[in-house]
This record gives sequence, C-alpha cells and structure tokens, in this order.
Amino acid sequence: MHHFFTLFWSSTIDGVTIGAIYALVALGYTLVYGVLQLINFAHSEVFMVGTFASLFTLHGLGVTGPQTGVVLVGVLVLCGLAAMAASATTAFLLERVAYRPLRRRTTSRLAALISAIGASFFIQEVFALRYGRDILPFPRVMNKTVLFHIGSGEVRTDKVLVVLAAIVMMILLDRFVGTSRLGRGIRATAQDPEMAVLMGVNIDRVIVLTFILGGLMAGVAALLFGTFFEVTQYNIGFLLGIKAFTAAVLGGIGNLRGALVGGFALGLIESYGASIFGAEWKDVIAFVVLVLVLMVRPTGLLGEQLARSRI
Amino acid sequence: MGPPKRARWGLFVPAAVLALVAAACGSSSTTSSGTSGGGPVKIGYFGALTGNNSPQLGININNGVKLAVQQYNAKGGGPKVTLVEYDSQGDPAQAPQLAQKVISDHTVAVVGPAFSGESKVADPIFQEGQVVNVTPSATNPTLAEHGWTYWHRVVGNDSQQGPAAATYITNKLNLKKVAVIDDNSEYGKGIADIVASNVPKNGATVPVRDHIDPKATDYSATVNGINAGNVDAVFYGGYYQQAGPLVKQLRDGGNKATFVSDDGTNDPGFVTGAGANAANGSYVTCPCVPTPSTPAGQAFATAYQAANNTAPGTYSSQGYDAANFILAAIRAGNTSGKTINSYLASHSFNGVTGTIKFASNGQITPPQIEAYQVQNGTINPVGVIS
Repeated sequence: MHHFFTLFWSSTIDGVTIGAIYALVALGYTLVYGVLQLINFAHSEVFMVGTFASLFTLHGLGVTGPQTGVVLVGVLVLCGLAAMAASATTAFLLERVAYRPLRRRTTSRLAALISAIGASFFIQEVFALRYGRDILPFPRVMNKTVLFHIGSGEVRTDKVLVVLAAIVMMILLDRFVGTSRLGRGIRATAQDPEMAVLMGVNIDRVIVLTFILGGLMAGVAALLFGTFFEVTQYNIGFLLGIKAFTAAVLGGIGNLRGALVGGFALGLIESYGASIFGAEWKDVIAFVVLVLVLMVRPTGLLGEQLARSRI
Repeated sequence: MGPPKRARWGLFVPAAVLALVAAACGSSSTTSSGTSGGGPVKIGYFGALTGNNSPQLGININNGVKLAVQQYNAKGGGPKVTLVEYDSQGDPAQAPQLAQKVISDHTVAVVGPAFSGESKVADPIFQEGQVVNVTPSATNPTLAEHGWTYWHRVVGNDSQQGPAAATYITNKLNLKKVAVIDDNSEYGKGIADIVASNVPKNGATVPVRDHIDPKATDYSATVNGINAGNVDAVFYGGYYQQAGPLVKQLRDGGNKATFVSDDGTNDPGFVTGAGANAANGSYVTCPCVPTPSTPAGQAFATAYQAANNTAPGTYSSQGYDAANFILAAIRAGNTSGKTINSYLASHSFNGVTGTIKFASNGQITPPQIEAYQVQNGTINPVGVIS
C-alpha cells in the first residue's frame, strides 16, 4: 500500500499511456475474433513488423536527433504510414497464407490457432536471423518535454501524443465500422456469416478487410511504441500481444469499444498494482483481476458482440 | 487448386520437416569433425551464443576460447584439440539437456557455463559426468558452495563484487540514498541483494527496492518508484539488455541519480540501448580487469582483433585464459576429465589476466574487482576497487 497514494498520479498517467497502446493492438484481436471467432496469435508479429518499418523509415530519413514543428509532423506521418503499410501487409499475407487455406479445407478452429502460432514463430525467427536478437534502439524523434504536472505525475509531450493519436484512431475505426458500407459488411458477417453471404456480402473480402484494419491499428501502435519506448526487438510483440489480447478479453472480445475500455483498464490496473506491490507483481495482479472480472462477467466488461455494436 | 498441387506439397512437407529436424540437431556445431576415443581431444564452450539473454557476453567468451584453441593447434606439441560450441541461449531450461550432450559427446572439459542460472543446473551434471568446467563469467557466490570438484571460476564472485560495488557507491562516489533494482534473475537478484544488504553497513540507506520484468519494455512503475524515493544513486542487478532501456526511461522521467550496475551491464550494448546521452556518467563494476597493457595482454588483443575483426569484449580475456589453462593440462598429456581436473587443482597458470590459482572450492584466489564508467559513449576502466 505504501506507494499507492504518493505515486497515484504518475501511475495514472503511465497506465493510460501504455493502456492506449494495448487498446490499439487489442483492436486487431477483437476485430478478427468478432468476424472469424479466431484468435489471431500472430497479431503480435503484425505489430512487431510495424516497429521495424518505423525504425527503418527513421534510418532512411536520416533522423538522428529530435525534430520540431513541421519536420516532426512529417517524420511521424511518414513513419506512421510505413508502419501501417508494413503491418497491414503482414496481416494481409497472414490471412492469405496461414488462415485462408485452412478455412477452405477444414472447419476446425484449432487448426487455424496452431497455424497462427506457427506463423508467429516463423515471423519472429526470420526477423531474429535477419536483424539479430539484441534490442535495436530508435533515434529520438521528438523532445520529451514536461508540459505540466498533475500531482506527482508529469504530463510529457510523447505521452500526450500516444494517448491522443490512439484515441483518434479508435474513433476513426469505430465510425468506419459503424457507418461505412464495408463496415456494415463486417458487422453482418460477425452476426451471421451464412446470412451475410445470402444477402450478397463478399465474405472473403470482408475477412481480408478485417485483417487489414487490425494491421493498420497495429501499425499506429507500432509508431507510438517506437516513439515512446524507442526500442524494438524480434520478440517485442510477444508480451505486448498477450497483454493486448488480455485487454480485448477484459473489455469483451469482439467488441471494439470493449478493446478501448479493456486496454485502458489493463494499463491502469498494472500501473496501480505495481505501485502497491512492486513492479514484479504487475502481471500477477493484472491477470488476477482478469480472472475475477471474467468470473463475474464471463463476456468481459462491455461484453457485447461486434455485430451488435450500434452507433 | 487440384490434386497435382497437393501432390507437390506432399513431397515438400516431409522434406521441410527433415530440414527442420536437421537444423535443430545442428544447434551445437563442431569446428572440425571430431571422433571420440582415439581422435582429437574435445573441449567445449558452454553458454549463450544466440537468444535473448545478452548473447554478446557469450560470444566474447567463445571468441577468446576459439583463439586459444587455434593457437594451441597451430603451435603443436600436444594431442590435437577440437572445440565444440554448446549454445545454451543462456537459458537454464535448455542447459540440462545440453550438459547431457556434452557428456555423450565425450567432451572432456568446457569453458562455461557463462551465466549463473544455467550453471546451477548444468554443473551437477558435469560433476557426475566428470567434465571439467571453468566458468569465466558466472559470478553467483553460491556456485562455490556445492562441493563440485570439477567446477572452477577464473573471476571473483558477486559476494566480492557486491560489497565492493556498495562501498564504491557510498564511500567513493559519496552517495547516501541508493535505490536497488534487479531483474529477478539468479544473477541479478543475487548481486542486488548483496548490494542492498551492504549499503546500510556503510551508513547509507536503501529507500527503494524493486524488481523489473526482464521480458517487458515498460519500466515506468519502477521509474515512478525511484522518483518517489528521492535517491541519489540507482544500483541495477541484471544484464545490459534491460539496463539500457531502464536508464533511458529513468532519464526521460527526469531522474538524475547516478546509475551503477554490474558486470552483466558491462557491454557496449548497454550504451546502444540507452543512447549515449542517457548512459554517460553511469558506472559498472566487474570482476574482470581490463585486458592489461602487458606484452602478453597486447599480443592477445592483437590476435583477437585479427581473428574476430573486433577488439576483445567483456570476459574475452577470461575465456581465453580459462581455455589456455585447460589446454596447458592437455599439452602435459592429460586427456581425460579426471586427469585434467587434478592438473588444474595442483598447478597455477600465468594468463593475460594475471596468475590463476584455484582454491579447493574452485574459486580463484585472490580476485580483483574493477570499476568502469561510461564516458562519451564508451565504457572505460576507472580503477581497481578491491
């Protein structure tokens, strides 16, 4: 209990920051689950590929120190586009190579799950062999200046960027799925795939689109992660992927707003838990809370399906 | 879509499986084909060469060992020696199986295991299989307390390094409030506990004691705790892979406390991971003295540079010395684990790091601890501290 009150505000700010990244990655899990009832275990690698794309873009642009103003915006946008393109491509290829052939031939979800795990190891090891297993540092892109204090907590420019960018992306996604024609296809497929086909929805296209949307969100998360933590590694997605998946389950898997709620909730629980019991208990507390929530609400905090999300 | 395609896959899949199995079996490689029995004597390197547990330290050692074996064979005058590399990835879970492989390969002596965690599980197997093992870098003190007669260590241990680091922080650097953080590993927690218990003996305090998750990237909870403790020094027990990001996040969090770490952080990867700005001014302690400027040290450094295209790293010279001591035993006609072991117990050896003489528990006497500081992005020795 000893640090909960003294660290309350700094824990809150850091919890929200990491929670925003969890939420963005969680969207990828939740979208795919909502449509296919498949846990895309390789989504952590979709994220990892994005961080590498962002890093290589920085190297390509010759960025070695903090940028400001228009240049900073330009660098961030370019890195973001590269990361989104790389992540979306990875997600697209995963669907084509690892899932679609199985979907055509078998109804077993277990086979797809194993295929996902295999694809995850495949991508990790390819990156490990190509780029080594040590951490790869990012150059500093933006100055990390303290804007203002809330209690003991420092509100820093990079944290503001992470949270704002994540929320904007989530709103865009929510509107897209809620109002666009393609989004309606996604919701229809999630609700009843057979009926959707009868109503003229091209299921294969919907599934590809779902993977790509998840990949785009992971790409944004990768850009923000790289800007904030300034490191990447071949297995950087592993733990983050598990956390994001947890966030998706916590909020109610298959539910877009659930991913948002779950991400922030998980980030805050971890952060507060660490301030009470010490950082090594962070994961224990997060997962105990997850189990407790699922005992009371088996479908997660918001617990509704992608199909039924109303705007 | 049709059957022909499936037929091709039908051939491809078994072939791919075979290739994978072959790759998995190839994880330990022989530098030349050695036969057991009457052929060349096999010695090994045992430790991380790949993986996520700071493999660079292992690569440094292995390069030293390779150089020693090359020079030995080039010079001639004893039984031919081949080197077998056992890549444990520094992972205690993989070590027992790999140690069994050392025995079934009839490898008589190994340099390693490189880390403390894997040592704890592999060393009893070496003891039983009568495989001489000389670690250049596993510094956990308890390793010397098991009565393993085949175990040796050519560097000081953490019960010598820890108090030296604590005294260096409190008396030499004159810092009185010390946060002690570790990565919960056998090695990191071990040395951090020793530092945390020794700091109060010197009249200073440890207001923050925390552990990070080495698999995570986000250390903000720990950084917040350190900030709240208002400390003027942070000691981190662990390896460079986490020490770099940790010190970076500390500096970004506005913390200016002096950062001190252990020999696991004594690697350029620490500076790369942290960025030179964040790492500058940090200290690391190490039971490894820098490669001395003696003629022998110079000759080693030159040969190492020529062989590996890079200067010797942390523990390279210790690995070189450990291998050369074993090779001296073999040159004297000892080709079994048992006879090499009694040679090591009864002789001393003049290596590039100094004279190596093992006590009855396998520990080197007397050890030296060195302090290093990051200056302008490079880790430079700043003096012997015990």
